Amino acid sequence: MESLESFRQEVREWLEENCPPTMRTPLVPEEEVWGGRNAKYINPESKLWLDRMGKKGWTAPELPTEYGGGGLNRDQTKVLHQELFRIKARPALNSFGIWMLAPCIIEFGNEEQKREHLPKIIKGEIRWCQGYSEPGSGSDLASLSTKAEDMGDHYLVNGQKVWTSYADQADWIFALVRTGPKEPKHNGISFLLIDMASDGVSTKPITLISGKSPFCETFFDSVKAPKENLVGIENSGWTIAKKLLQHERNFISNFGLAGGGTGSGADVVNIAKKYLGEKNGHIAHPVHRENITLHKMKEHAFGLTLQRSSDEGGKASAASSMFKYYGTEHNKDRYELMISAMGNKGLGWAGEGFSDEEQAITKAWLRTKANSIEGGTSEVQLNVISRRVLELPN
Amino acid sequence: MKLILTEEQQFLKDTALSFAREKTPVKHFRELRDSENEQCWDNSIWQEMVNLGWSGILVPEAFGGSDFGVAGISVIMQELGKTLTPSPLLATAVLGVSTINMLGSEEQKNNYLPKIVSGEVTTALAIDEGNHHNPLEIEVTAKLDGESWVLNGNKVFVMDGSSANTILIVARTSGKSGEVNGLSVFLADKNATGLNISKIFTADSRNYANIEISELKLGQESLLGEKDAAGEVIQKVLDIGRIVISAEMLGNTEEAFEVTVNYLKERKQFGVAIGSFQALQHRAAEMFCEIELTKSAVIAAMHAADENSNELERLSSLAKFQAGETLHLVSNEAIQMHGGIGVTDEYDIGFYLKRARVAEQIFGTSEYHQSRYADISGF
Repeated sequence: MESLESFRQEVREWLEENCPPTMRTPLVPEEEVWGGRNAKYINPESKLWLDRMGKKGWTAPELPTEYGGGGLNRDQTKVLHQELFRIKARPALNSFGIWMLAPCIIEFGNEEQKREHLPKIIKGEIRWCQGYSEPGSGSDLASLSTKAEDMGDHYLVNGQKVWTSYADQADWIFALVRTGPKEPKHNGISFLLIDMASDGVSTKPITLISGKSPFCETFFDSVKAPKENLVGIENSGWTIAKKLLQHERNFISNFGLAGGGTGSGADVVNIAKKYLGEKNGHIAHPVHRENITLHKMKEHAFGLTLQRSSDEGGKASAASSMFKYYGTEHNKDRYELMISAMGNKGLGWAGEGFSDEEQAITKAWLRTKANSIEGGTSEVQLNVISRRVLELPN
Repeated sequence: MKLILTEEQQFLKDTALSFAREKTPVKHFRELRDSENEQCWDNSIWQEMVNLGWSGILVPEAFGGSDFGVAGISVIMQELGKTLTPSPLLATAVLGVSTINMLGSEEQKNNYLPKIVSGEVTTALAIDEGNHHNPLEIEVTAKLDGESWVLNGNKVFVMDGSSANTILIVARTSGKSGEVNGLSVFLADKNATGLNISKIFTADSRNYANIEISELKLGQESLLGEKDAAGEVIQKVLDIGRIVISAEMLGNTEEAFEVTVNYLKERKQFGVAIGSFQALQHRAAEMFCEIELTKSAVIAAMHAADENSNELERLSSLAKFQAGETLHLVSNEAIQMHGGIGVTDEYDIGFYLKRARVAEQIFGTSEYHQSRYADISGF
């Protein structure tokens, strides 16, 4: 415990010296950092902060130092996060590479892949996107049909992905492709890394019910991907795919907590007091107050469950399905309560009649509808719980 | 505060698990019910619990207990809850001990706590007076008449009221109904003149009583601690009671759920196990999630009690709310998923439903705690 305290001191001093002043102010969306070859830094201190954190490996605190990670253990990481939170530091880097891909490369990649990709992910030099869903393969992901034909030294990739977040800005994509068309569907899939700058790759953004979105369609038209970019064994990609989904779900499950996930960051109690008024310091309308209280109690219990899972060592893999299910359903509920509490002020789309915050909440409400679809629908999560945890028969 | 058990607590839980499986399977409860046993618990089983030290878990070492804390007794109650084991643990070892220990003088603690540890004294806390739990609305009065206190009024739904040999009576010594100030607790022998205890027969076949108090005369030594000063302590005792019964309810829930999931795997209709139907699978998975949330709320609350956290009230209300809602859901679904046999007396699953609704009422329903949580949180 003593060494943990001295580590805290060390972190505190380093942050004091290295976290630039504007990086301790509330994040403005345009200054969010995702890194990559095409990144533009409106605020030069964002770049400075990224470079310093990246060099230290603290953008990926638990990854091994030999690949550029921070090499911290779980407790030290917690301390780092606490100290970052304490000074209200902005995230140095948002990265699908760190959240999803890096743990899979560590587990399934070969030494060369680790040396090639991990340091660039950690430093934010290469930005990744995820090529999983296809127009004909949503919940039934394993039916995917983007094919990768063995051409000797490379694969020839043809097909289409959909819901590839930020594909139009990403440098590389980690994609599931069909390499064994004659195998049973789960046994013919491979996990392939593809440079988005390759000839034949194109992207097209998707507009959602909430308006502009980071989602894209991604097309592969006779794209050549070198063989060394296959992760793991050919036709065994489904195992990696599932593992990566767990990392994705863990990340999405934070949506259940106020301030996490897609949303405007607004607090439902404050919104209700503002738009419904207060009586003796309470939300004035009893039914709204009751509904919001239920919501907040569930949120409290859910937050304690995330904490318990972490205190238990985060071992239960099926827990990720529960968190994904509960967290996203809860986030949807939060925004329904919010626009309901706002009355006609919760319905604004554009123009002078509604404040920026009001419009942001309306759009966030619409955006949350995708939370329980992306990364595996709620129904798929319930299937996973009933089959894997409860062991109910097929 | 880490939301895991210490080795000591895990050991207590494991001991209670074996105890419940070996000594008090549900069959034990069924036999007690069928025998129309007046006190609804078994003397020899209680003696075994005493021998294991469970009656003294909340008693300080100075008075012969082990001081293992709220978490210690909670995990025991959770395991006993799985087999619906009736015992005086909650009324005596939790409510009685906490009240006497937090309120009593050294002399009173000396007189009562060691005898509770040894199993000699069992207690009942007489607090509720109306159809709903409302611990400040106390109209039973205690007035000083010369050297004695004279108590009058009615108590209802007193847990272990017809088995306990010592009744702890919450009475108003000043102030108006609804006020936290002006409450005092008195100790009375169950045979005292002026106490009229009538057993009531509830759906869960446990032991509760209504108590008529009429010109009950008690000496000065019967007042627990100081006059008028019990209000805050009673709230704390109730919070501890809520946490412990939440743990018991979690145990009820876990078992009812496990039995039901097993039934889904075994019962065949249309040539397949009914557990292969998605209509049932998803409902089972949703129950699983609620049970996980309940475990977290309960463990957080019991640690908060032991650490004297300023979040105790909120966490206790959260635990009782979440445990109540989840047990309500699971006890209903358990019956429905069992189909016809679920509504037969021969099958045990109905016991969980009957216990559920009674436990949901004790120390405040989900509605009560939702309202309290909102007030504390400033919503």
